[in-house]
Amino acid sequence: MKKTTLPIGPFHPLLEEPEFFTLYLDGEIVKKVDLRIGYNHRGHEKLSTGLTWDQVPFLVERICGICSTSHPYAYVLAVEDLLGIKAPPRGQYIRALIGEMERIHSHLLWLGLAGHFIGYNTVWMWSWRYREEILDACEKLTGNRNHYAMCRVGGARRDITREAMDFTMGALDSNEKSTNMFLGVFADDPVLHKRLKGVGVLTKEDAIAYCATGPTSRPSGVPWDVRQDDPYDAYGPSLEAGAWKVIVTENGDVFDKAVVRVLEILESIKLCRWLIENMPDGEIDAGVGDIPPGEGVGHHEAPRGEVIHYIRSDGSNKPIRHKVRAPTFVNLPTYKATCPGHTIADVALITASIDPCYCCTERIGVVTRNRTSSVTQDDLVKLSVEKTREMEKRMGRKSGLVKF
Amino acid sequence: MLVFNYLVFPGLLFATVAGLLTWWFDRKVTARVQYRVGPPWYQCFADVVKLLGKEVVLPENARRTGFLLAPITAVAASALVAAMLGVYNMNYGTGFVGDIIVFWYLLAIPSIMLILGGAASGNPLASVGSAREIKLLLSYELPFIIVLTMAILKAGTLSLGGIIEYQVGHGPILYSLSGVLGFIVALICVQAKLGLVPFDIPEAETELGGGVIYDYSGAALGAFKLSKGILFYTLPIFLITVFWGGIKIGDGWGILWAVLKYVLIIALITLIRNTNPRLRIDQAMRFFWGKLTLLAIIAFILSAIGI
Repeated sequence: MKKTTLPIGPFHPLLEEPEFFTLYLDGEIVKKVDLRIGYNHRGHEKLSTGLTWDQVPFLVERICGICSTSHPYAYVLAVEDLLGIKAPPRGQYIRALIGEMERIHSHLLWLGLAGHFIGYNTVWMWSWRYREEILDACEKLTGNRNHYAMCRVGGARRDITREAMDFTMGALDSNEKSTNMFLGVFADDPVLHKRLKGVGVLTKEDAIAYCATGPTSRPSGVPWDVRQDDPYDAYGPSLEAGAWKVIVTENGDVFDKAVVRVLEILESIKLCRWLIENMPDGEIDAGVGDIPPGEGVGHHEAPRGEVIHYIRSDGSNKPIRHKVRAPTFVNLPTYKATCPGHTIADVALITASIDPCYCCTERIGVVTRNRTSSVTQDDLVKLSVEKTREMEKRMGRKSGLVKF
Repeated sequence: MLVFNYLVFPGLLFATVAGLLTWWFDRKVTARVQYRVGPPWYQCFADVVKLLGKEVVLPENARRTGFLLAPITAVAASALVAAMLGVYNMNYGTGFVGDIIVFWYLLAIPSIMLILGGAASGNPLASVGSAREIKLLLSYELPFIIVLTMAILKAGTLSLGGIIEYQVGHGPILYSLSGVLGFIVALICVQAKLGLVPFDIPEAETELGGGVIYDYSGAALGAFKLSKGILFYTLPIFLITVFWGGIKIGDGWGILWAVLKYVLIIALITLIRNTNPRLRIDQAMRFFWGKLTLLAIIAFILSAIGI
């Protein structure tokens, strides 16, 4: 059969966000997939260097609408790394609690979308309904359903009340029931098994080679989880107490990716309960003053994987450089390993199974007259070196970079 | 009279109203199952009327004639089936020998028109949808024709009127083991004919963004929706006619009983559509040619030995 190409995007009813897939088909079998992103670049890193240290969390919160606490969380950890301080215990617990609540509702959102993608609209509507309970609890805890603004350099921005915590416990209980129901659906439904098992297998080797993180790597037997590997904030004590565990499975197919997420919801529910039960009293904020010159890195296990923020200070009231790496950036390229050889129906599912968030990922946009040009790794390194030189010149420091 | 039958009752107009109300019922029940409010009763009419009044955008590389003729032919064929079914149910004697084969052909025409329309639109997504529709058509027609043959053999006649008459005398075909099996097979085939989940593979909103009807707009899209609406009414009636004793217009309770049967079948269709994910096209083919054909053959053999 003649090879055909199927363009999907940049603006297309299939896609939630603007991105451009080109599928190279042989009949219905997809031989190759190409992806172009860059339609959603908003220049957050540049904007961030124009804001004060305390304003940046509000900006980075808006990088992503779903994992809206992950970015500020990683950012405040980076600044605390620069300062060499730790938040007071109650502040730590509050931040971790919000982080876990966010994981629960983000995974439920993905579960619904996955149901929609395989035409199972009942799962879509149901899981989004149960997500509402968690969002209500978030509203009780923080005042907002989604953009919580709870992270602040040196602690939490607001305290949470006993009443809100009790409400959250109730929401967690009822959510545990519905999540167990979804687990039952995944275990029993033969049509789901037929549709999801053995589809888009990401092997352990490939997961490591592509540096996949989070719920993309853990189904392939790669037990990477920042909360466990580098326990920050309240995650250390909760791990020691055995309040939760990292979910790892071995098959790496779409089915496992779904199951890992559902099981992670259950673990997060346990962790949230532990955090509320063991919530210490006291200060929530360390009261940070000036930020000295230096650099810091913070990472947080976002619902989609590890998010890393890097900041550099020249002693002024603004970061001079702020670098964000979202989990989708490393998870996305795994489609090169998982998509070829599958049908269109499966490819739609596989690309959705990594829970991509393109607006989180987009850090660079190159606009040229020649639309076919692409930027290679060497070009990126060159750009980055030029940028660092320029920064160092402004800061009046000698370049420590090797000659490029 | 013939023109009235075809255009007004029980043909185009009546089937449209009944079909769109059925479609609304399906949508409303689905919405309630999914904790949504659901549309008001006139929503489907509003949709179709609005679409019929809108401009038809012709894609640049579409074949004009085929692209525009396909939806009209689909409506015409489904309205014809509705009219014939209605007339036969009112008067058993109107049929002719072999008319059930005509029914079978007419019921395949809307699917074939989808294939033609999708292919004529010149869109790659629509052509993938067309290819899927061809595969789906080929797969569900096999078990469908086997169970129809079973009904024909049981009644001993090739005319639909004869089948209804046989059921009036001997009780509905459904009330036997072979009848139940045959009915189940036919119901699943109807699900595929209507293009509902798990067999909405040619349209597959989240894979092909509408597939065969990707490039359709305005009145042409409205006509396809209309044809689907009419089929939504016609196919369950066809099932009732062949397997469940037809609609006895004559006696008083007959209508009520017929409506009950109809609602039950629609409820089953809605239930299947809400509790299943979409199958892949190869899985659907394997399902129809494997399990379902086997079930149809078992029903056939059982009916041949009189169970």
